Order: sequence, then structure tokens, then C-alpha cells
Amino acid sequence: MWGWLLRRLGQIIPTLLILSILIFALQQLMPGDPAIIMAGEERGDPQVLAEIRAELMLDRPIWEQYLAWLWRLLHGDLGFSWRIRQPVGSLILEKLPVTLQLGLMAFAIAVAIGVPAGIVSAAYRDRPADWAANAIALAGISTPNFWMGIMFILLFSVQLGWLPPSGYVPLTEDWRQSLATTIMPAFVLGGSIAGVFMRHTRAAMIGALEQDYVRTARAKGLPERVVVTRHALRNALVPVVTLGTIELGRLLAGAVLTEQIFSIPGFGKLIVDAVFNRDYPVVQGVVVVTALIFVTLSLIGDILYMAINPRLRAA
Amino acid sequence: MNARLLAPLAIAASLAGAAVEAQSLPNLRIGLREDPDIMDPTLARSFVGRIVFASLCDKLFDINDKLEIVPQLAAGYRWENPKTLLITLRDGVTFHDGEKMDAEAVRYSLMRHLTMQGSFRRGEITDLDSAEVVDPLTVRLRLKQPSSPFLSQLTDRAGMVVSPKAAEAAGRDFGAKPVCAGPFRFVERVAQDRIVLERFANYWNAANIHFSRVTFQPITDSTARLANLQSGTLELIEVTSPSDVPSIRRDRRLALSTVDGLGYWSVIFNIGNGVRAQTPIGQDRRVREAFDLSIDREALIQVAYEGLHTPSSQPIPPASPMHVRDLRVTARNLDRAKALLREAGVRTPVPVDLMVANSPELRQVAEVMQSMVAEAGFELRIVATEFASALQAGVRGDFQAYLSGWSGRPDPDGNVWTFMHSRGAQNDGKYSNPEVDGLLDGTRAESGPAERTALYAQAFRIALTQDRARAFLWHPKILVAHTTRLQGFSLLPDGLIRLQGMRLR
Repeated sequence: MWGWLLRRLGQIIPTLLILSILIFALQQLMPGDPAIIMAGEERGDPQVLAEIRAELMLDRPIWEQYLAWLWRLLHGDLGFSWRIRQPVGSLILEKLPVTLQLGLMAFAIAVAIGVPAGIVSAAYRDRPADWAANAIALAGISTPNFWMGIMFILLFSVQLGWLPPSGYVPLTEDWRQSLATTIMPAFVLGGSIAGVFMRHTRAAMIGALEQDYVRTARAKGLPERVVVTRHALRNALVPVVTLGTIELGRLLAGAVLTEQIFSIPGFGKLIVDAVFNRDYPVVQGVVVVTALIFVTLSLIGDILYMAINPRLRAA
Repeated sequence: MNARLLAPLAIAASLAGAAVEAQSLPNLRIGLREDPDIMDPTLARSFVGRIVFASLCDKLFDINDKLEIVPQLAAGYRWENPKTLLITLRDGVTFHDGEKMDAEAVRYSLMRHLTMQGSFRRGEITDLDSAEVVDPLTVRLRLKQPSSPFLSQLTDRAGMVVSPKAAEAAGRDFGAKPVCAGPFRFVERVAQDRIVLERFANYWNAANIHFSRVTFQPITDSTARLANLQSGTLELIEVTSPSDVPSIRRDRRLALSTVDGLGYWSVIFNIGNGVRAQTPIGQDRRVREAFDLSIDREALIQVAYEGLHTPSSQPIPPASPMHVRDLRVTARNLDRAKALLREAGVRTPVPVDLMVANSPELRQVAEVMQSMVAEAGFELRIVATEFASALQAGVRGDFQAYLSGWSGRPDPDGNVWTFMHSRGAQNDGKYSNPEVDGLLDGTRAESGPAERTALYAQAFRIALTQDRARAFLWHPKILVAHTTRLQGFSLLPDGLIRLQGMRLR
């Protein structure tokens, strides 16, 4: 078990290294010279462009830029945003709690709706409850987030005036305001994923309910409630946990459109603005941190499997 | 009760009144179209940044609604000769850090703009040779050559005076905590979320500032920005999507301010920038004229912009006293356009690639143009390109025609020289005509507006009417919406939001 954990941890470093090389390579392919963007109105002046390239090290070979970046990274320095001249590290630390809060709230909403709906719909397979759950799930998955977001704002903020239409207040500042500003985007995000959870839970539950041990449990005369929750559910949850870690990772990588609509200053907005402005240090920093989150989550997912299903521990 | 007893009471009462007033001043929240870039007047380059600077950093001069230059931190100015400008300063002005705003601070700031590495002001004040302190309230600027647009550059970021002490201490990080002499001082910035400023009690014009705090919030989605205004979480917003205008006009709690802006939109033709200039439209002025004649500007603006903007065929907007009135807006003339194409001997349909920045609005404009020019015999291919990539393609000449916009400057030089002069940094199509160069240089040396207008008229006759270097299309209106509780707001053609004199009921 411990050896396995160490091996998994050891895999993280090469994963991140390969990824960082990939970011640097992709950056080269990205059209749009950062120096031209930085030069603004003086972009036609070759001397201005040369000065900017020299300052940003863009005139050096790519491997030299990469090694310099890696060296600084090893010292915990992610560099400076070219556009607003703030340290990338502090920008990320500023956005991380926002994205974490929004992501976890959306995740909780998705799980709270999706998993029970999936269980009910498997238990009442091909009956009205199943159909209703399926219809709602499909609607949630197929409604675009930005449209849903605008509709929420128009209804709850403009018409009813219940919630602030956008912006963000940190939890530490005023938790009530904080929840008020994040509940709509969390619902939009969570709602679209709830359907995914519902479908996967349903499929896994149906599979589990057809297993021999479930028939045995029923044959023993156990009540259906116990059969479903104690015998079938536990086994059905393994694939759902896998899905959960992936979805949570996606949520924590930032929700670009939803953040844009609700003006939530999270990871999604940070990286999108950075890409459009060719603010490479920010792009690099955010991608590395996001990758780290993903890798960590998938590790946690693996550990959770073993907690849920002891049979996997032997492997 | 006798008067002697009452006097202290009266003083106490008035003091209390003042304190109450300062505390009870309302806050103001403004919605911007995007997050500004760095808040250092020397290094900044975005338009929205200028909106924030208007509350943060006063300038030597400002403009009024007639685009005349009026003193702000300066008290006055005098040209000693065409190359020497004497500026006297307002007395008793302090920076947000309590330092005195004096001639030395002005000299320091101008030199910082001129010499700091990566300065975006250098190109604007490149004619400045030296600045000397005459006395604490007088500074003398010497230019390398006579320059009529120079003074107007001091009405924008190049005229912003920063606290030398703070700027020296912060170096390149000054933009993270700017210290100027404007009505509000910097409190905090959370990137992509807000910039917060608070009232500066020692502002020289503090009596005209009626807000205790102003918060700028970037909200990129125009619908979401408007929803914030409608639900009362913002008091004033930039309106970037003309389709929002009808719903603003319907809402009785909202008011819309519009003004003819200083900017323009035009189609740049690649005439001499690399191999992609070797096309019929790049090489034959008749083809370009036919293209221009086949566009119905009014209809285009009606379809894409609710009829808001002002059609045009020149870079100088009607708001400017130097607008060339004789240069009429091109009227659509399909017969003439077809005849020109026949005359040029090109095979129709003439293929033209039109590069546009990839936004729904601009794609729509391009599609309308596509159907208009098709009737004359063009096959317009729309190349929707992400904004930054389009900039690069423009510089490198990787385009045939390029629909692009310019925010505009109060002095016409800022709308013309850099785009039409063969040495202009934004002359993406590399149009080059020595005669035009000479005329444009002449507009810089000449100081009288009437004489300059005459030179511009001559230059445009060659560059536009004859050579068809660009097809100018329209001057956008600047749109700002705000709650009707906000009073005293007036919009100038530069589109900046000046808080002086504004009140929130």
C-alpha cells in the first residue's frame, strides 16, 4: 500500500515536467506575438519590438526561456504578469480560494442532486420517476451555461432583486454576501454536471442491482431499502467516484464562461484573459497549478476506491 | 445668550456638519468593459485604463467639450517660440502621498515618460528634447522641432504627473500602487475583479468631488454588465453593445448618455506590406475605389449598430474643429463601382480576403459588407481572426484588407500621422506617398487650426480620394448608461468618465 502510494507520488513530477514542456512548445505555436501586443500603438516600430523582446527574454532560444522559467519555479517564483506586473504566484493565490469555493459548491450541488436522482431512477427503472429524472438530467446537460447564467441573473437579480447579479465577496469578509454572490454560478455549474452524475449513478446502480449478491440479499429477505443502499450502492459508487474526481478537477480548473457571465474573478477568467493578452507567465503558472490539482485529485480518487472497495487493496 | 457663548457652538456645529458630510458622501460603482492593464501612466496602454486614470491622475491639461485644451494641473502656458513651451503650474497642489506637485515633479514625470524602458508615452512626446525647472511653479519645455500636436499629448497620459518620491521608490512596480495628484487615491486592486479608489481630501478641486469611494469593476459580458446596472449593483456602465440600447431607453430608472467619439473604423488595404499586397485591390486604386463605392455606410450602421454611429470617409471626426468638411461621405454608387472594375480590367468576381477581429458584432459587419460588395463584383472572404493574432497579421502584412478600429485622439494628428505617413508605426498597409508625408509633416509644424485643416484636406485628397489608401467607414458613438439618481454627468468626445461635479441623489 505504501509502496504504491510512493510510486504514485513519484509519477507526479515527470507528469508535471512533461506538461510544462508541452506548454512552452504550444506557446510557440500560438499565433500573436506577445511583443506586438505589448507594443500597442508602437507595434510598427522594430526598435520598440526588439526592446520588449529583450526585456521579456523572447529573443532567446526557447530552451533557454524554459530553463530560466524552470529554475525560477524551483525557487517558488512563477514570474511576473506581463500585462499588469503582479507576481503570478500572488495572482494564483488570490484566485485559488475563489475557484475552490465556487468549484466545491458546484460539486456539492451536483452530487446532492445527481447521485440521489440516479439511485431513485435505477430503483424505479422504466417508471415515471425514472423518466422525470432522465428528462431533467438531459435538460441540465444540454442547456448552455452562459444562457442559463443570463436567465438566472435576469430572474433573480433584475426581476426579483434577491441576489447580486455578479461580483464576488470572499468568505472571510462576509460569509452571507459570499454565499449570495456564488450561489447562482454554483447552481449553473452544478446543474449542468448533476445530470452527468445522475446518468452514471443510474447506470452503475442498474449494473449492481443485477448482480448475484443483490439477488442473494433479496433472497435472504432483506428489505429493498437495505438492499439498495447497503449492498448495491457501495459497489456502484466506485465509477461515480472516478467521475467525481474528474469533474471536480474540471471545476477547479476554472469555469470560463460561468465566471465571465457572473464576473467571478477565478481561474477561468485569469487564464482566458492571459491567453488573449499573450501573458505567457500567467498561462504557464495557471496551467501548472491546475495540473497539480488534477494529479492530486486523481490520487485522492484512487485512495477513495480502496476505502470504498477493500478488494482493490490487494492489487 | 450672548454671541461669545454661541461662537464656539457654531464652530463645533459646522465642524460636525463637515464631518457628517464627508462620511455621508455616497460611493460610486462603475462597470468597465474589460480589466485595465497596468495602472502606471508611463506603461499603460488600454482605453479602459484611461477611464480609471481620469479619477486617479490629473494631467497638466484637459480637453473641454469643444476639444479645446484647458489647464488642469497647469495654470497656463505660453509658446515662447515654436520650439519652446513655458508652462506655469497651479499652486498648492499635493500628491496623494502629501508631496508637493511642483515644477521638479513635472520635469521628473515627463522625463520618466520619455526615457523609462518600455514607456508607451515615448512615441507621444518624442519631440520633447528637454525640460527645465524655471522656478517651483514654472517649467520650460524645449522641443526638437515645432510640433502643434505636442500640447494635446499633455491632455492624456503623457501629461499625468506622478509623485517622484513614490515613483523612485517603486520603480517598475509603481503601477501596483500609483501615486498621483488626482481626485481619488489608490486603495486596492484585485485583478479582474475591482479597482478601488477613495476620495483624496487634499485634492485641489475637492469641493467638486461628491463621492467618498469609487469602485471600477470589469464585466466583460455586456448583458451581465447591464443587468448589474438594472439591479442597482452598479451606478454607471460603459455600453459596448448597441443592441442593449433599446432596453436602456425603455427603463425609466436609467439614462443613456451618448457623444460622438474621436475614433473611427476603417478598412485598411495592404498596398505595400509584403507579398500579400500583390492583389488587384492592393495594386489598383480603381479597384479600391470600386470597393469603397459599393458600401452603403448608412445601411451598414443601421443593421449592425442600430443606426447609432456616424458614417464617415475620413479619420478626423465631425466633433473636431479640424474635420475636413469638404470631404463628403462616400455615397453608394454601384454603376460607378462596376465601371471602375471594368476600367481596371480585372476579372470579376474580384476575390478579397477581409480580416476582422473575431467578435459576433464585427463578423456581422463583415457579412453585411460581403453582400454589399458582391453586388459590385467582389467576392469577399471573411477571415475572422482572434484579436491578438490579427494585430500580428496586421504588422507583418499577412492580410489583404483589414477591418480595424481606432479609439481616437483629441488632436487629429493622433488619428492620422501614424496611420498614413510612410514612417507611421500603425501604417499596416504600408501606404507610402512622399507628397502625403510632406503634407502630414506640415500639419505638425503649422500651429493655426485653419491652416492645419487646409493641409489635412490636401493630404486626404491625395491619400484617400486619389490613392484610396483606406476606406473610412464610421465614427462610433460613445455610450454610457447610468442610474437617473446620478446627476451632473457629461460625456466628452474622449469617452472618459470625469467625476468632477457629479452627484448621486
